[in-house]
Amino acid sequence: MPTPLVVSDVAKSFTMHLRDGIKLPVVAGVSFSIRAGECTVLGGPSGAGKSSILKMLYGNYAVDEGQIIVRHEDGLIDLANASPRTVLAVRRQTIGYVSQFLRTVPRVSALDVVAEPLVERGEEREVARGKARALLAQLNLPEKLWALPPATFSGGEQQRVNIARGFITEHPILLLDEPTASLDATNRNVVIELIAAKKAAGVALLGIFHDHDVREAVADRIIDVTAFAPGKLAA
Amino acid sequence: MTDEPLLRVSALSKFYGSRVGCDNVSFDLWPGEVLAVVGESGSGKTTLLNCLSTRLLPSSGTASYRMRDGQFRELYRMSEAERRFLMRTDWGFVHQNPADGLRMTVSAGANVGERLMAVGDRHYGKIRATAVDWLSRVEIEQDRIDDEPRAFSGGMRQRLQIARNLVTGPRLVFMDEPTGGLDVSVQARLLDLLRGLVTDLGLAAIVVTHDLAVARLLSQRMMVMKDGRVVESGLTDRVLDDPRAPYTQLLVSSILQV
Repeated sequence: MPTPLVVSDVAKSFTMHLRDGIKLPVVAGVSFSIRAGECTVLGGPSGAGKSSILKMLYGNYAVDEGQIIVRHEDGLIDLANASPRTVLAVRRQTIGYVSQFLRTVPRVSALDVVAEPLVERGEEREVARGKARALLAQLNLPEKLWALPPATFSGGEQQRVNIARGFITEHPILLLDEPTASLDATNRNVVIELIAAKKAAGVALLGIFHDHDVREAVADRIIDVTAFAPGKLAA
Repeated sequence: MTDEPLLRVSALSKFYGSRVGCDNVSFDLWPGEVLAVVGESGSGKTTLLNCLSTRLLPSSGTASYRMRDGQFRELYRMSEAERRFLMRTDWGFVHQNPADGLRMTVSAGANVGERLMAVGDRHYGKIRATAVDWLSRVEIEQDRIDDEPRAFSGGMRQRLQIARNLVTGPRLVFMDEPTGGLDVSVQARLLDLLRGLVTDLGLAAIVVTHDLAVARLLSQRMMVMKDGRVVESGLTDRVLDDPRAPYTQLLVSSILQV
């Protein structure tokens, strides 16, 4: 199986300059890889640094130490030291991300929020909207909501828009930050099906799932993030 | 798509006597990229914008711009006439106060048409048709084309200023607090409009703002300035979600939550 992403010896801490510069170590010695066609799950209690790891892989958090090597187009890139422009290209083509919360833009309809990543990759707007409709229908989002901006939607509705937005493209790597947290059982099952389809298509998935049933259904491997606790390395 | 930047800025500084305007600023800007420059009043962001747009000459440093023929030209070595030509054709400048960027006593249509005439358009019917098209793109109704901007609301004036700037198909647009002084609902509409236009036209833009939410919505990259210096730069969401410099942490922690 090809390995599209390798993380080695990554460390992350936050320095709180407004609190007398205290340093909060988050993780250290993070090393793992993910494989195409598999769903790898980051496990461990809240605060262990699971979301921080996903955010570093997406370039959303800076990396203090270590390397994040990703296969992008025909080469390998170290995301830990990549320029903003390179990170943007990786996000457009290689790494997709479903965040925990949808960041809404005023006046943009749910349909266009979902279609946007495809349009950015050069797809015709109407084709992208067609795919967006199919996904929103699959996720049971009422059709009357599609033309509205998602700012006023409920948590579960926003999350389904967010999932559709993340799953619409064919990124070879997909990061999932608790995509099922505010969904009912029916829609959780839809997400499980969507993840299975991505795996079958050879996508490498890395996710955080607090829901036990979903995790059981999708995980091929679980990485225990507590192994990367900063204290452990020193000890 | 070419892999060369549109603008290369190197060690740009501007001093007002012994006072620092901006100090040792360097960056590259690529086509289609929106760079936000944030910081509080007096941080040097407007000085930087004015130097880049050649409205002000820097004390030292260089900025070179890739012309339409692919050649890089050193901005501060161009003649005044060449710089004016660039300003009129390939660049736009959106001022915070629309009155600074518009001619308030000629009609809305003429405000847009004037820029077209500056690039050599002479056919009245064509100019008017283009003006009507651009007014509709910035959501100004066609029956207002003969009104003077004096009769427009603040939000409409700002949209007209944007139309006036974009009608010539510029490749680089400078914006100085484009949504400052507008009501939030008007601001949201303007931001959405700007976002759409920038994406559709593949513009590069440098947006000066003190509003981090505006920076988040419009830009992919961000520079944070304090006392004339760049204290932090990077991807916009990285800078806002994981601010590293003490000053950026202070700015981010000062945002009011709604």
